[in-house]
Amino acid sequence: MTIKHNRRKKIEELKTASAGLRKDIVEMIYTARAGHPGGSLSAVDIINVLYNYKMKHDPENPGWAERDRFIMSKGHASPALYAVLGNCGYFPGEEFKSFRKFGGLLQGHVHRDVPGVELSTGSLGQGLSVASGMALGSKLAGKNSRVYCMLGDGEMQEGQVWETVMTAAQYRLDNLCAILDYNGIQENGRIDRIKKLEPVTDKLKDFGWEVLEIDGHDYVQIADALDNTGAAGEKPLFIKANTVKGKGISYMEDRFEWHAKNPDKEQLAQALKELGFKAEIKDGN
Amino acid sequence: METKAVRDGYGEALVEFGREDKRIVVLSADLEDANRTKLFEKEFPERFYTFGISEQDMVGEGAGFSMTGFIPFVNSFAVFLTTRAYDQIRVSLCYNKANVKLVGSHPGLEVGNDGATAQSLEDIAVMSVLPEMRVICPADAVEARKATKALIESKGPVYMRSGRRPWPVITEKETPFEIGKSVSLKEGKDVTLIAYGIMVHKSLEAAKLLSSKGIKAGVINMHTIKPLDRYAVLSAAKDTGAIVVSENHQKIGGLGSAVARVISETNPVPIEFVAVDNSFGESGSPGELQKKYGLDTADIVSAAKRAVNRKK
Repeated sequence: MTIKHNRRKKIEELKTASAGLRKDIVEMIYTARAGHPGGSLSAVDIINVLYNYKMKHDPENPGWAERDRFIMSKGHASPALYAVLGNCGYFPGEEFKSFRKFGGLLQGHVHRDVPGVELSTGSLGQGLSVASGMALGSKLAGKNSRVYCMLGDGEMQEGQVWETVMTAAQYRLDNLCAILDYNGIQENGRIDRIKKLEPVTDKLKDFGWEVLEIDGHDYVQIADALDNTGAAGEKPLFIKANTVKGKGISYMEDRFEWHAKNPDKEQLAQALKELGFKAEIKDGN
Repeated sequence: METKAVRDGYGEALVEFGREDKRIVVLSADLEDANRTKLFEKEFPERFYTFGISEQDMVGEGAGFSMTGFIPFVNSFAVFLTTRAYDQIRVSLCYNKANVKLVGSHPGLEVGNDGATAQSLEDIAVMSVLPEMRVICPADAVEARKATKALIESKGPVYMRSGRRPWPVITEKETPFEIGKSVSLKEGKDVTLIAYGIMVHKSLEAAKLLSSKGIKAGVINMHTIKPLDRYAVLSAAKDTGAIVVSENHQKIGGLGSAVARVISETNPVPIEFVAVDNSFGESGSPGELQKKYGLDTADIVSAAKRAVNRKK
């Protein structure tokens, strides 16, 4: 009873904290005057639950051999991962200002020099292969570690993803979980118009994966789905997370124009207001 | 003279070192018979992984293994490994400094009658240009064993070009092998022949022929194309005043380009190149192809004469 209660309480807390993560994301992109807000805001709730509820990891010891691993294959949504890692204590929040800056810690696309980041990415389609190799390596080493990988929906158009989808099923990688951030929009428009992915859950089932479909902004559904990794037995888990591009900022929501665009001062003020913060904008750059 | 294929030397070495070092895992893309990693699979099936015909996936899987403490050897034909999976090698391996060893078999025109799609004439160029990558190619099966050991002991991504046909064994077990340090096989006075892989043996043969015509040619086994042994190149330029670079590869972007860069930056001396000149191969026996595309011993001899004449 108490365990269940604590779990529910923890999940509630994470949901409440998500406004702060969204604030960090839009401020990072505002300060850098560039970045990818749409796909960061669609992904951040899932990453929040991974690091603060699901994964075994230690910000004091990022190289801990028994840790679970997370691969951000859609490397352009770096602000989402940086926001979560910074708030976990992997690096000081001051570093958010260095995003995309010359000599700064936070490279434009996800980079492993940042404490807590497992793999530098930025060329789409590569993360799941590395995640699968880590899952194979963990099994061979006799470790109980799990590997999570987030993919973008446009990224699923890369052929390499499907090579690994076949590999992970072949090797029955029940310690691997792929999470699809399905916001339905890629850089130049709706995914259905450019190269449609549907029916994606059927496809993955046919390829031999265990498949779940959730609302990627519903914290209980995210936690429930992640708790399923390995539950199917000898199958990798694919979570189709239905998300909203630009989630949480009204003028960004579901608009492909906000795939890669920075808010101006007024837009930032409105975003902070919508997230429940006072719009105190410091122009530090 | 004893002959043995580099791929056999490599395949046997993997098994030998795999016995002591449990970190070694072997990844293959359905060519384990051809690249001789089948020997490893037989003895250590639990550390052998096939990925089917999926080179891009295989390279990424290698990065994943390296990041969980293993030393993955990732294998295919040189042409498929280095060009099909190029972006994966660039980002997942080099940019991430992943401790992955790539081994490409069937180099240059050696594949013969399979034709141009299987003939790798660009691998040295495209691997050399990548930051963090090191590029090596043993001259024979004995050197392949030592190179395999050096790969295990190295940190970060390395590409090794293997060999398909039995080549004469010209190196010795006892000679030390160090990545980035070439081996002088013959001292010269008039010209230095620099080569890697099968062209080392041909350069030795060429040196014999040149000596009968009064030209004293030195021979360097440049088993590491990157990082280049600059000291050896500069000494050759200083001591003999002329250089011939021979390779079973395109002229553009190969060892010849690297040597020319070092020479032109420091001590310009005549250089001649024996390599494939901006062309694909075709079907035919390796002998026929080497004759047509100018990779014969006779081509090295003519190039050496040209280089010596240009000194005057």
